[in-house]
Amino acid sequence: MTRATRTPPSQAQRAARFVLGRITFYVGSSLFAAFFVLPLLWLTVAPFSTLANLDLRLPDPWSLQNFERVFENGFAIRALVQNSMIQGFGAMLLVTLTATLAAYALSRANIPGTTAITYGLVLFSSVVTGTAAMVPIFLMIVQLGLIDTHLGVILVFTGGLLPAAVFIMRDFVDSIPRSYEESAMVAGASSWRVFRDIALPIVRPGMMVVGVWAFVQVWGGFLIPFILLRDADKMPASVAIYSFYTEAGTPLITLTAAYSLLYTLPVLLLYLFVNWRYGFRFFGGIKS
Amino acid sequence: MQRRPILSLPTGALFMLPAGIFIVAFILLPFFWIAAVSFTNRTLTGRTAVNPEFVGLDNYLRLFDASRFLNSGEFGASLLITGQFVFFSAIIGQAFLGLALAWFFFNRKGWIQNTVTTIAIIAWIMPDVVVAFAWFAFLNGDGGTLNQILGFFGLPTPDWLLDLPLVSVIIFNIWRGTAFSMLLFSSALGAIPPSYLETANVVGASTWQRLRDIILPMIRSHIVTALILITLWTFNTFTPFLLTGGGPSYQTEVVSIYTYRTAFQFFRFGSGAAVGMVMMIINLGFALVYLSLLRTQRRSA
Amino acid sequence: MASVTFHDVEKAFGTVKAVDGVNFTITEGEFVCLLGPSGCGKTTTLRLIAGLEKATGGSIHIGDLDVTHLAAKDRDIGMVFQDYALYPHMTIGENIGYPLKVRNVPTDARATRIGEVAKNLQIDKLLERRPGEISGGQQQRTSVARAVVHEPQVFLFDEPLSNLDAKLRLEARSFLKHLQREVGVTAVYVTHDQAEAMALADRIAVMNEGRIVQMAPPLEVYHRPGTTFVANFLGSPPMNLLPATVALDGGARFVGEAFTVAMPSHVETAVRQHLSDGTQVTVGIRPEHLDLSRDAVPGGFQGPLYALETLGPESLVTLKVGDELLTVRIFSDDAPQLADTVHAAFDPEKLHVFRENGERIPVE
Repeated sequence: MTRATRTPPSQAQRAARFVLGRITFYVGSSLFAAFFVLPLLWLTVAPFSTLANLDLRLPDPWSLQNFERVFENGFAIRALVQNSMIQGFGAMLLVTLTATLAAYALSRANIPGTTAITYGLVLFSSVVTGTAAMVPIFLMIVQLGLIDTHLGVILVFTGGLLPAAVFIMRDFVDSIPRSYEESAMVAGASSWRVFRDIALPIVRPGMMVVGVWAFVQVWGGFLIPFILLRDADKMPASVAIYSFYTEAGTPLITLTAAYSLLYTLPVLLLYLFVNWRYGFRFFGGIKS
Repeated sequence: MQRRPILSLPTGALFMLPAGIFIVAFILLPFFWIAAVSFTNRTLTGRTAVNPEFVGLDNYLRLFDASRFLNSGEFGASLLITGQFVFFSAIIGQAFLGLALAWFFFNRKGWIQNTVTTIAIIAWIMPDVVVAFAWFAFLNGDGGTLNQILGFFGLPTPDWLLDLPLVSVIIFNIWRGTAFSMLLFSSALGAIPPSYLETANVVGASTWQRLRDIILPMIRSHIVTALILITLWTFNTFTPFLLTGGGPSYQTEVVSIYTYRTAFQFFRFGSGAAVGMVMMIINLGFALVYLSLLRTQRRSA
Repeated sequence: MASVTFHDVEKAFGTVKAVDGVNFTITEGEFVCLLGPSGCGKTTTLRLIAGLEKATGGSIHIGDLDVTHLAAKDRDIGMVFQDYALYPHMTIGENIGYPLKVRNVPTDARATRIGEVAKNLQIDKLLERRPGEISGGQQQRTSVARAVVHEPQVFLFDEPLSNLDAKLRLEARSFLKHLQREVGVTAVYVTHDQAEAMALADRIAVMNEGRIVQMAPPLEVYHRPGTTFVANFLGSPPMNLLPATVALDGGARFVGEAFTVAMPSHVETAVRQHLSDGTQVTVGIRPEHLDLSRDAVPGGFQGPLYALETLGPESLVTLKVGDELLTVRIFSDDAPQLADTVHAAFDPEKLHVFRENGERIPVE
């Protein structure tokens, strides 16, 4: 058997390789960064320009007039500040509470077939998506008389978000040491008391994660309010923006840009907050 | 070991009730309802709104009518478009790019990695409508950012949304969703014990050999998981609607948009339900593959 | 305070019986240790008393009350868990006061009582802190405080000292004993550490495979172990146990593989009574009841030196007797001078005899 030998690289070769590696890294990083940043550039400058156009140009002069006009537009503001908020917070509260209760039950009560339920949940929620089920959901909301209402939108969003929310909360509940609840039981607390005094405070971080995630999903959601709402007064910002850039003409372009910026801001801030507080971790490998 | 449950069964059932109601109402019920509606000729207005008639497999037959199947604007064409869309943007695009990013920044943490990751994530979490609007401006034929840059280098500047709609939508979707695979692969790579790679280093393996012989086999299950999930999500996404509305001339009408058009522009609920049903069956296929993979993963873990 | 009575209690998990027919009565104010190896059922027994497990057979009484089907929260007990189970979102004071809060004791009365208990346990300065901010020993005492605060009928301890380091463990141990003395409440204490059981218990219940093998005061369990299992479990190092055959022809003696040991007269009497010539037995002698000898000891033990461990106040000399090992405990400041062959004599009063099935032959 021959001994395979490799001549070690010379000093010059190593240096060259190092420099090449560094250059590749910087060039590669720049390309990646450019790929992600370029499409967004226009959105960062257009809101501040009074000229309504689509090309990338530094505003001259920089102006906040667009934002003023946004605030003057009653429909836009109501959509953003009232409707999106109502639907977002409504769904957030509903999803967080029901998911936590269900996750607690799945974890702490010996419900027969928890594995089957979990897998079933994953299965069905992957199959019955908002887009595939838009017809029956629409018909059902009509039947319930909830068409064109905030409640209808909130309920549908909650239904769609729950499976994933329960999944996420289940992880958090499982990590509470059982001795905590057992010692409370021994101390004389009833099941409900144990849940409220001991379990709930400990899973609060998880509830925050689920809450923020649910809020962001609803805040950015388009299809559901699009098909369930008719009255312009109830439209959330997502539908409002869509109607601005498809129906209205070019004159509104930079106005819409300003509006979009305002609309995106809460999501960006929430992301930064969650990232700072908890880091952007993966829960069970599924984070949507 | 089975421990005494902390919640009694009745209390547990009570806790699950609210979630249970929602899930039954918004996931189980639609599943069965859609089957029912798809066999009728129900519409929003007119005689068939009040008295939908049972038409058997009529709706399905019309969907798969061989004579018109692949015509523009028909279901077959939509399936074809969706197939290309999913294959290029999800499987090749997002997964590949995500892996490339994760590998590129593997063991090279620092402010550059942080910045690129953050931007990718921002692209992922920004609301659908804003992103679509930004790309609408980006791809604009006359003066959009992309054409400004291409023009600067003397490259052709097509009217992207009109001339190359499907390509635009595919690239858009890649841009949008890469962050997910990037994060997934990043954590998968991070989970490989460093000693495995160090051993390879000591033995003299090149970077490419290391990637091919050690890393890829070890994260294979993650790759498959990512592919299935991304495929499922991409298949069901409605976002292209916000960019092109399915056009021009139905050239970017993925199945989700086709469903919407059938149901809500012509208000043919029966047909819309049939399409939805087909979508669900396809989803079911993906989901079952995913579940069986989860099971095998759990068992070998 | 109350007594605790188990009557034919059984706990099965599927087909496995963690507790298999346990009977005992713990009297009021008594401190009983459940001692045994992992999986012997001691923790399950404790959880049955607490109500955290439901018995699948038999009955459990606390005092006169049949609690077999009563939920944990209605049983009026205090329990200290192995991981202390201190709620991270509550202060030390709130943790201690939780049982009172659940019983709707008004705030003032609660605060007074918390202060009292905290003072007793020397944690009164920590009431505003959080569990994460105090030391392991202080956490342990907080856990005890929470168990005492509502003046329960019975105290339960689930290996409360195993998370403390060795030195702290000894301090905490004597503190617990002192506390139980003062408060005088019935206590049931689970541990796998025989020294702990010896130090704390009024009676030790040695358990194995879901059953109580012997339940008696510490010194009795130590000096008159009911089976080889008990003999081997208590004492560190454990009792030397060597297989031998009874020989009654000629001089009464035990014949082992590499030794012949003369039967002391009181032992002979008992042996003649219960056993016959040629019976297989196990002979037992504790290391501290052996002594080294420079010269050969007739009717004693001898063999090549296997190991010498000098521990400070004592040394352990192990010699090989045939296939078995015999450990001798020497109390001396100096390391013993040893030749290649070691001779050991034993105190005839301290010889134990066990049947082949492990049961002890009473020689008193």
